[in-house]
Amino acid sequence: MTTLQNTVKRPHAPVPVGKIVLYAVLLAGAVTMLVPFLWMILTSFKSVGESIRVPPTILPARWITINYKEVISTLPMFNLYSNTILLIFFRILLASIFSSMAGYAFAKLRFPGRNLMFGLVLAQNMLPAQIFIIPQYLMLAKMNALNSMFALVFPGLVSAFGTFFLRQTYMSLPDDLGEAARIDGCNQWQTFYRIMLPLTKTALMALAVFTAVFAYGDLMWPLIANTDLNKMTLASGLSVLRGQFTTKYPLLMAGSVLAMLPMIVLYSAFQRQFVEGIALTGTKA
Amino acid sequence: MTSTHIAQVKRARRLSHDAGWGYLMVAPTILGLIILNIYPFFHSFYMSFSETMLFGNWEWVGLDNYRKMFSDPNMWRATGNTLYFVLLTVPLGIFLALAFASMLNSQIKGRDALRAIYFLPMIVAPAAIAMVWKWLYNTEYGLINQFLSLLIGDDVKINWISNPKLALPAAAIVAIWSSIGYDIILLLAGLQAIPRSYYEAADIDGANFISKFFHITIPMVSPTMFFVLIMRLMAALKQFDLVYMMITDTNPAFQQSQTLMYLFYRESFQVGNKGYASALVLWTFVIILAFTAIQFVGQKKWVHYDQ
Repeated sequence: MTTLQNTVKRPHAPVPVGKIVLYAVLLAGAVTMLVPFLWMILTSFKSVGESIRVPPTILPARWITINYKEVISTLPMFNLYSNTILLIFFRILLASIFSSMAGYAFAKLRFPGRNLMFGLVLAQNMLPAQIFIIPQYLMLAKMNALNSMFALVFPGLVSAFGTFFLRQTYMSLPDDLGEAARIDGCNQWQTFYRIMLPLTKTALMALAVFTAVFAYGDLMWPLIANTDLNKMTLASGLSVLRGQFTTKYPLLMAGSVLAMLPMIVLYSAFQRQFVEGIALTGTKA
Repeated sequence: MTSTHIAQVKRARRLSHDAGWGYLMVAPTILGLIILNIYPFFHSFYMSFSETMLFGNWEWVGLDNYRKMFSDPNMWRATGNTLYFVLLTVPLGIFLALAFASMLNSQIKGRDALRAIYFLPMIVAPAAIAMVWKWLYNTEYGLINQFLSLLIGDDVKINWISNPKLALPAAAIVAIWSSIGYDIILLLAGLQAIPRSYYEAADIDGANFISKFFHITIPMVSPTMFFVLIMRLMAALKQFDLVYMMITDTNPAFQQSQTLMYLFYRESFQVGNKGYASALVLWTFVIILAFTAIQFVGQKKWVHYDQ
């Protein structure tokens, strides 16, 4: 903001008004982002009676954990956590392996039909996922595989976005690298696995973040594929909680806190990787 | 054999060698796309011309589903609601994201911390976000009405999510709140890639802030803006989770807030009308296609790809 810098530079303007306004707006934005989370946490420790007091108390009069206990006794939290974590794990694993292989082939190898096949990848990227949902559901029903981990992972067995993204990454690596490896006697697989793949670590990290965020947030597919409470994810489990405690907000907030916990913990630990990974998925696409 | 001939033979051999590896390496992905996407796409298309019968049998009904769909007031209302949701979220969302990204791009302290805070809602499942906001919007005890009451000094009892006029805008606010961090990160990365020298040259020419913004910033960041725009359009046209979690079918504002994907979900997996639902999803697909096509044609006017 150059106007602001000008204000600062002016000799008889000791108070940089522009800069103060800038910070005020940025801070107001940050408060808007944080207050809903804060209010969720505070409500989750209040009794139902206290939560509907007017005017509201800000801090709980007494910090109680009964809401959490009730959520845990209503929902199979252990299953929801492990289902969600495994779903994310498998999605990341499969997307990284298959997309790396295909991305490398599309970027560095020449073979008849390559453009046509890459066209398929691009087309899938543009189509709304819901267009595939009913047939995918029917396939699983036919295989008797609904209400399973396989069903949760199913639509993400391969990743069109990952393939596209890694192809862009491999495109930006110099061809000479591969040539040099070949002269040294590496075959195509070795060139890929030993030389090129290690160079895409940052991109793979970004793909992992991207995949995790969307697998964890997805609601429609888990709702459809796994209707058995023990096979649900955190997101679809929350919809059950909503149905049961329609207006008991402290309970709903406790459920929301529990559902957010794993991602918040991951995010605090890998904040930089999250933010930079997302930025990378945007600049490559 | 001449050396060029040898080179040609080598090249040909390598190509066929490449081809084998190539097919092997794309095989899992292509196979997956065929099973998970290509076949289902045509299956959906086929189903939109049929109806579910007993015992999982299908009967060809021709254009019946489409006839029913185009004379279904629910479908038109859902289409209207979806387009309204696009209008509510996309322009304002991108404007705010660009404004905040520009502010973060100036010389300030704590940029990384702010960026991380703005991104926070993005990592949380929309289902959880919807619950939290439903509580904030609560008419009697919600924080928002309580805060407004305090501000005005009078009892404010706005029915944020049960008033048919307010429900969708209320959901739109949540949608913008939860995705703005993502857009800010992408746009900030775009802004940071603009060479400082461009602005310095403009300073020498005596350009003011406004003209620099429109003549340097906007054109230079336009490819990123285009990407964000397409992504936001797609997300808004496919809106399901927030509205599903916030506005149930017993809510008086339900008819005015049901989006196309919400209607699709109810028709296919609650009513069990999979043929009709397939027609609905194809209709949504046509709308998405139209929006995308318009954007790709329109981009020639404002997106600059050359440095």
